[in-house]
Amino acid sequence: MNVHLNAADVSTRTRAIVAGCKHLEGPLLPILHEIQHEFGFVSQEAVPVIASELNLSRAEVHGVVTFYHDFRDHPAGRHVLKLCRAEACQSMGGEALAERAKKLLGIDWHQTTMDGAVTLEPVFCLGLCSCAPSAMLDGAVHGRVAASDLDDLIAEARQ
Amino acid sequence: MPMINEIDFGTPASKSEKFVTLTIDGNEISVPEGTSIMRASMEAGIEVPKLCATDMMDAFGSCRLCLVEIEGRAGMPASCTTPVAPGMVVSTQTQRLKDVRRGVMELYISDHPLDCLTCAANGDCELQDMAGAVGLRDVRYGYDGENHVKARNDGAINIKWQPKDESNPYFTFDPAKCIVCSRCVRACEEVQGTFALTIEGRGFDSRVSAGMHEDFMSSECVSCGACVQACPTATLIEKSVIEIGQPEHSAVTTCAYCGVGCSFKAEMRGEELVRMVPWKDGQANRGHSCVKGRFAYGYSTHKDRILNPMIREKVTDPWREVTWEEAYAHVASEFRRIQYQYGRESVGGITSSRCTNEETYLVQKLVRAGFGNNNVDTCARVCHSPTGYGLGQAFGTSAGTQNFDSVEHSDVVMVIGANPTDGHPVFGSRLKKRLREGAKLIVLDPRRIDLVRTPHVEASYHLPLKPGTNVAVLTALAHVIVTEGLADEKFIRERCDWSEYEDWAAFVAEPYHSPEAVERYTGVPADLVRGAARLFARGGNGAIYYGLGVTEHSQGSTTVMAIANLAMVTGNIGRPGVGVNPLRGQNNVQGSCDMGSFPHELPGYRHISDDATRETFEKLWGVTLNNEPGLRIPNMLDAAVDGTFKGIYIQGEDILQSDPDTKHVAAGLAAMECVVVHDLFLNETANYAHVFLPGSTFLEKDGTFTNAERRINRVRKVMKPKNGFADWEVTQKLAQAMGLPWNYKHPSEIMDEIAATTPSFASVSYDYLEKMGSVQWPCNEKHPYGSPIMHVDGFVRGKGKFIRTEYVATDEKTGARFPLLLTTGRILSQYNVGAQTRRTDNVAWHEEDRLEIHPHDAENRGIRDADWVRLASRSGETTLRALITDRVAPGVVYTTFHHPNTQANVITTDFSDWATNCPEYKVTAVQVAPSNGPSGWQRDYEEQARQSRRIAGKLEAAE
Repeated sequence: MNVHLNAADVSTRTRAIVAGCKHLEGPLLPILHEIQHEFGFVSQEAVPVIASELNLSRAEVHGVVTFYHDFRDHPAGRHVLKLCRAEACQSMGGEALAERAKKLLGIDWHQTTMDGAVTLEPVFCLGLCSCAPSAMLDGAVHGRVAASDLDDLIAEARQ
Repeated sequence: MPMINEIDFGTPASKSEKFVTLTIDGNEISVPEGTSIMRASMEAGIEVPKLCATDMMDAFGSCRLCLVEIEGRAGMPASCTTPVAPGMVVSTQTQRLKDVRRGVMELYISDHPLDCLTCAANGDCELQDMAGAVGLRDVRYGYDGENHVKARNDGAINIKWQPKDESNPYFTFDPAKCIVCSRCVRACEEVQGTFALTIEGRGFDSRVSAGMHEDFMSSECVSCGACVQACPTATLIEKSVIEIGQPEHSAVTTCAYCGVGCSFKAEMRGEELVRMVPWKDGQANRGHSCVKGRFAYGYSTHKDRILNPMIREKVTDPWREVTWEEAYAHVASEFRRIQYQYGRESVGGITSSRCTNEETYLVQKLVRAGFGNNNVDTCARVCHSPTGYGLGQAFGTSAGTQNFDSVEHSDVVMVIGANPTDGHPVFGSRLKKRLREGAKLIVLDPRRIDLVRTPHVEASYHLPLKPGTNVAVLTALAHVIVTEGLADEKFIRERCDWSEYEDWAAFVAEPYHSPEAVERYTGVPADLVRGAARLFARGGNGAIYYGLGVTEHSQGSTTVMAIANLAMVTGNIGRPGVGVNPLRGQNNVQGSCDMGSFPHELPGYRHISDDATRETFEKLWGVTLNNEPGLRIPNMLDAAVDGTFKGIYIQGEDILQSDPDTKHVAAGLAAMECVVVHDLFLNETANYAHVFLPGSTFLEKDGTFTNAERRINRVRKVMKPKNGFADWEVTQKLAQAMGLPWNYKHPSEIMDEIAATTPSFASVSYDYLEKMGSVQWPCNEKHPYGSPIMHVDGFVRGKGKFIRTEYVATDEKTGARFPLLLTTGRILSQYNVGAQTRRTDNVAWHEEDRLEIHPHDAENRGIRDADWVRLASRSGETTLRALITDRVAPGVVYTTFHHPNTQANVITTDFSDWATNCPEYKVTAVQVAPSNGPSGWQRDYEEQARQSRRIAGKLEAAE
């Protein structure tokens, strides 16, 4: 979801999410996942609310959120394309594939296209080394991604 | 005097009693089980290189510098995280280890600035030391790659670089110098317990962050300094060190703020104080500190300090600077004149709870031997006098029963009318540490203090009672314990008077003491009281800590007795982890009481009517002592208004600001003919003074302070008094001017006199303190090493005494005109009347007193946050700005009293404790209404204060 939210809204909905997960052992990560699912990112407004509800400090929650690359501090595009940058994929042409993606989309890593359609992210190993180079579009993995496959993926995402 | 260099063993000491023997680099060593190899090595005198380890915190194992090799084990384990094992053979230096360490060091240095010569930590940098220790000669990786060091890389902005954070007034944070060892983060968590810091990001992006990537001032940071102390580089460093440079000598001394009595190393360059660093061997603070003791010493060199004695005929005149001799002669002749004219009882003195034991002893001696009466009192009158009385009655000693270490053994802690994280922060941190380990917490307080819920700490029960109903709630707790059969009968039969217990048990068991019956006026739901009582009685070691929220009531003494009853009925006296612990307000308020500052008591709490005690002093002093108790502070003021009390010598106390009913205090002072104020600053009381004697700070004198755990700590002179004389010297000169044959050459001689006359101090001397570090009284033949825990084998008075505690509502009641209850307290960054802390950068945290009011009460009155409000009681009115918060319950408002222009004590009434006259600061019926700004009284007062501070021939002294 990519809508503008006011702080009170974030606070109320965050509280509801925390209430639903509080009983879990080690509830912080499940809460952050839920928050990201709900809002599309973990907003700065949500962090103090989570901290207060779990009786943690703001710093602690901030430390956890920033440790994981997948928790975003701002909304992503409608689709997220991840390209593997790890060794196996690099040796199978991953570098060229990445350059191609950047050029096609007109953006660099971590950026989102002007139309808000695609966010490009590097990822370090999708566990598909035997099918390198690999990519992931919105959670679906793709192996042996040739240049034409990449073009198709991007076209699909831009629709 | 050399620098005191403390050994850092790298990991905390193990408490195991079982010993393990191992070999390190060919040396056999025995250490307690659970000790790390790193610590064992250090104990054998072998220093293993380290960066992320320090003995204030648990091992972390991130720096990879302390690797060792162990025979029969593969790889190179970190010595900080690997515990010793029997027969282990460890090598700390092999070629392989040297290569690895050098390689690790190269990586660190490749992302660290090479500005050692101009770096503030030069000479006190562990990174530098370790580079030396591992023999770093070259960095193969160079310095050109990605880094956090340079603002620009080849002209392009380096996004990994961050500018210095200078937001905190006392220290800077320079991320460019950070090696991400996490010591600061761990210190904030493990030592201070605030959790204000974290490591954000991961891998090469990792960096220290305060709060959510905020500056330190906006984060949760409380500026305790633990992170600065922990930092091995110049990343976190005191601004004073940046400004002055590294210290060259140091002395251990005792903080002059609260009753925790933290030990500090005063690190000096010449006579200039570079910084105060908590001393790890300090047994009260164990190496920790708070923002006041660590940083707020700037008042000692503040421009407001008065350095020359001054006299004036009338308080409306400007001050006239005079010589010391003139001042002494003037005071002596005035006091003699007044006594001749109005009688021997017409003068008196007030001892200071901020001065040393020796100075306090001299002031009471001056009054008793010089003035020939017992008109001596101290500020404990207005804080913990009920503690002295109540505990004296119940147990036989007027002091807390434990040391601070005791809290490490507590299972349930009850905090009553105290706010340790603000008022006694270092103890607060030690308490929080225990609570994080699983101890349970019960809080009795009208206000939701931080301890009720703060990261990783949550009270099991918060009993938000109405101000003034302590006795009812405590008796209700006792009711539950007795009627539900939770009393520790075995303890009571062995230690206490059984018939008194039976009488008391029958009394508390009366149905009108039940939680359900008292709920109506205490406002505490009965099930909370029942739950708390069951937890305290059954939860294991139960300790009670209390503060002025207990004593400053019309039933203060009764509340203290109720607390003693609660400890006895649950068997929680006489061993570690239990006890009754008053958190004393000022650094030496325990000591000033011990030293005979009360009108009815000679040193050691012996009544003035006791012939044998009087004789001891009469013989030594060569005078006859009056056997009748003298006047208490409020009585002195009453007598002054009546015209029978005309002269007073006030050392280091600001009664006009700190005592209740300011207008009455002012009237009393105004009616006197010779008011002598002996202080650092022209305080509020000095507005009514005729003579001003400049005082000296704790840095400028030798002496001792006695903290809340009865610990006698040395205060050491690190610079000469700016005013020329230590306070004890001034009192002595004054006594000599009055014809007394005193001739003390050093405070140690005064302590010798105290030891010779006071049984509980019999073995105390400066030599002994030098040897022991500190001792807790009683320290005598029976207790040669002092007494960390009291009443171990039996109560000092013989059998513990249960006393009936009938709740009597205070006369200060709310009604239509004054529907709200005002209670007062303090805040972390400020101290007492603020004379010291207001003259430091601590004002960055608290520049004015605010009135905390519940949103409901605020809305009813049309008050918005930060609005000016008029606060009125039957006594008077003042104005201040509102702070809307649900920390206070509806019907209750709260403020601090750190700023003189707030005049919170214009509001407080002259009701006081029935036994000790301790004023009822904590309950005043008030009304709050919107206002435009300062009240008439505040404006008049400010003008009068300004007039009164004029010094002839000088520009007006700025407050």
